[in-house]
Amino acid sequence: MVPLSAYVILSAIIFFIGVVGVVTRRSIIVILLSIELMLNAVNINFVAFSHYLESITGQVFVFFTLTVAAAEVAVGLALLIAIYRNRQTVNVEELDVMKW
Amino acid sequence: MMEVIFLYLAVVCVVCAVLTVSLKHPVYNVMALLTMFFHVAGLYVLLNAEFLAVVQIIVYAGAILVLYLFVLMLLNLKAETRHLHRQWPFGVLVLGSVAAMIIGALQGGIFGSATGEYTAEAVRAIGDTEAIGLRLYTDYLLPFEVASLVLLVAMIGAIVLTKKGMIDDHVED
Repeated sequence: MVPLSAYVILSAIIFFIGVVGVVTRRSIIVILLSIELMLNAVNINFVAFSHYLESITGQVFVFFTLTVAAAEVAVGLALLIAIYRNRQTVNVEELDVMKW
Repeated sequence: MMEVIFLYLAVVCVVCAVLTVSLKHPVYNVMALLTMFFHVAGLYVLLNAEFLAVVQIIVYAGAILVLYLFVLMLLNLKAETRHLHRQWPFGVLVLGSVAAMIIGALQGGIFGSATGEYTAEAVRAIGDTEAIGLRLYTDYLLPFEVASLVLLVAMIGAIVLTKKGMIDDHVED
């Protein structure tokens, strides 16, 4: 039997990797992918706790995380296209002004 | 047997997550993330959440990552020559503090052994999908409706943001 802590540690490791991606990479695409990684880490935690605490509520919450992830991707990629159309770049280092 | 499968899935998940944030070409990043999503679905099966495993593959791998690939093909991005942000040491500092916080929380945490009504046998008896549906459409009906509103707003927002002429286009040509 795999202990609950194994899942929690795995989820924490994946979450850290996602944070590293967000704070160190330059491309907006990779930053959005790293956010997906973090959301998945949270989902693993929800499902693991749902299984070990014998409550189905955790799995219901995964649905809401999934909804937010889908909405985030739709709006994030739309913003990405709008930025690329205006600036011909997806590099966050070059996007450092509030108005241009 | 469970331990071996878990170990395999966990190792592949971590390796693919590292590849997702470290590879230089964006298409390879998406492919690494795709592999990771499939193995997360495997973890869900291991945790008796078959319905979520299928939803994970259909929604994440089938819809979200395909959307990423569409945008990548649309923008035709090249592999970056220098892929790290110039402020990355500061980022590592932020990561260190977040890691310290989470590790501290994990050490103090007591993972309760409280048992609910949905034991593995009970879920298996009525079926995973039905158990989730019963909860979702009774206790969580209002959040469910709010989630549909979030998706509607996201859909309208995506259309408005990408439509030409809806926002000021300053194309320097």
